Amino acid sequence: MAITEDAPPGADARDPARPSGRQPGVEGRRLSSPLVLTLILVLAVLAQSPIRGALGSPLMQSWMTVFVAVTVQALPFLVLGVLLSAAIAVFVPPSFFARALPRHPALAVPVAGVAGAVLPGCECASVPVAGALVRRGVTPAAALAFLLSAPAINPIVLTATAVAFPRNPEMVLARFLASLLVACAMGWLWQRLGRTDWLRPSAHGAHEGATKGETFWNSVRHDTVHAGGFLVLGAMAAATLKAATPATWLRTAAGNPLFSVLALAALAVLLSICSEADAFVAASLTQFSPTAKLVFLVVGPMIDLKLFAMQAGTFGRAFAFRFAPTTFALAVTGAVLTGTVLL
Amino acid sequence: MNRQSQTAVLFLLGATLLHAGTTGLYLRYVKAGLRPLLLAAGAALIATALATAWYERRRHRKTAAGRSPAGHGTEVDHAHPSHPEPRVSWLLLLPLLALILVAPPALGSYSALRSGTALQKPYGYGRMPAADPAPLSVVDYASRAAYGHGRSLHGRTVRVTGFLALDRSGTPYLVRMALNCCAADAQPVKIALTGELPPVLRPDAWLEVTGTYTPRLTRDPVNNGPVPYLKVASARPVPVPHDPYDETWNN
Repeated sequence: MAITEDAPPGADARDPARPSGRQPGVEGRRLSSPLVLTLILVLAVLAQSPIRGALGSPLMQSWMTVFVAVTVQALPFLVLGVLLSAAIAVFVPPSFFARALPRHPALAVPVAGVAGAVLPGCECASVPVAGALVRRGVTPAAALAFLLSAPAINPIVLTATAVAFPRNPEMVLARFLASLLVACAMGWLWQRLGRTDWLRPSAHGAHEGATKGETFWNSVRHDTVHAGGFLVLGAMAAATLKAATPATWLRTAAGNPLFSVLALAALAVLLSICSEADAFVAASLTQFSPTAKLVFLVVGPMIDLKLFAMQAGTFGRAFAFRFAPTTFALAVTGAVLTGTVLL
Repeated sequence: MNRQSQTAVLFLLGATLLHAGTTGLYLRYVKAGLRPLLLAAGAALIATALATAWYERRRHRKTAAGRSPAGHGTEVDHAHPSHPEPRVSWLLLLPLLALILVAPPALGSYSALRSGTALQKPYGYGRMPAADPAPLSVVDYASRAAYGHGRSLHGRTVRVTGFLALDRSGTPYLVRMALNCCAADAQPVKIALTGELPPVLRPDAWLEVTGTYTPRLTRDPVNNGPVPYLKVASARPVPVPHDPYDETWNN
């Protein structure tokens, strides 16, 4: 509560003065955003009690709790990813990636896929990092393989999977193999069919600063507010679906092998659970077959509502609308194949 | 949203994360283990805000000293159309306001009744606490009763803390949400209550229940999971615990 009362006046006093002095032409035409921001904050503080009253129903409360929880849980990983991607963009020369990755794109894909194992974090961190890799001249096919494999095969996630499935250690192996397989397949597919004009051209020229430090912080600021906005969008969608879908339909789906696979694949997309926690949720879906659970574990870290929003923000909508359904289809197929062989 | 507003939002967001991380508010939404990360992220956001403000100031001072204001104005106009500042960032205000103004409570009976019990067969059972009545968590009692056939519970009085949930027929459950990462993956573990219950039962009220094991077992209507019974001898209302979730499965 202390924050509410102190901060808005501070933001108020510091902000509106400058832009009006600096760019009178632009600010004269539309409302200046610091002014809008201040108004929103002041109005929200004044209207606290009606807002709280309107949000008092159990449905709205659980919606908000899930929404805030998804955002709060993902923000640290997003910040980590953004710091890392800014560091790559500013301090790692493009020649490093040219030397580290095999020259031939078909070989670079699996190398980048396995390299995903070193990024400890969940999917929110991997989106900005993959964006930075593309901007740094890494072939998109390799960067996309990294984007898909990193959240699923890093040691933290695999350990969590082992803990969640104490009696089925083969689940860990199956998850690792299936995720790597699908990530590489997507990379190769992109290399054959992908077109660079689907990717939004990098807009980072506008953020070049006078010094490396300025460029670094500019990129951190821009990526945080940008990807953060999309994260909030995804969190809202996930909270809505969690609040709206009745859990009973899962029980009906569990009986049929085909439906059970599709149901858990859809659930993974809709719930948007952090990849470090999804194994526990999968383990609790006791009425489903191991293969269906594996599908849940492979699809979730690669594509879900939160990720889709962030991918659309980072790489552009034209990319996301093609990439997301293909990833979904390949992830389901890859997981079912691995599941039939291993589980 | 221009840079000044972005600076303000980043600063507020960082301060909110620090506030939530230092006061224990974060325990309503995420697991306890995430605290260092939350504090680090809050500090990083504040650092970003400060760095942006500092560079803006320096740039402003440089242009004021070096070039005429008109020259700078055309430069900004030139930079803007090529790369507008992201409009989607306004959405960042929503979690900020939700956390500061509303601070929604931890998940309660509404969510608990919508999902099935997450009880699973445990590795083994720890020693029963020596104290009488023995303090047990909801998860501990439920797994001993459902999977250990109550062997370790015979002849013992136990004390369990959780919140109340009443299903449509009015059956009271004592529930604790088990959490793995954040509230989005929280799942309930339920114990059905029988015996000497308080006359007025209010959903979401936290209770400390003292009672004994009874072999009766029912099935959760949502996922057919086992829900053991507890025979209540006495129940008293308690405040919401510091960490409202059960995190035994995190280790």
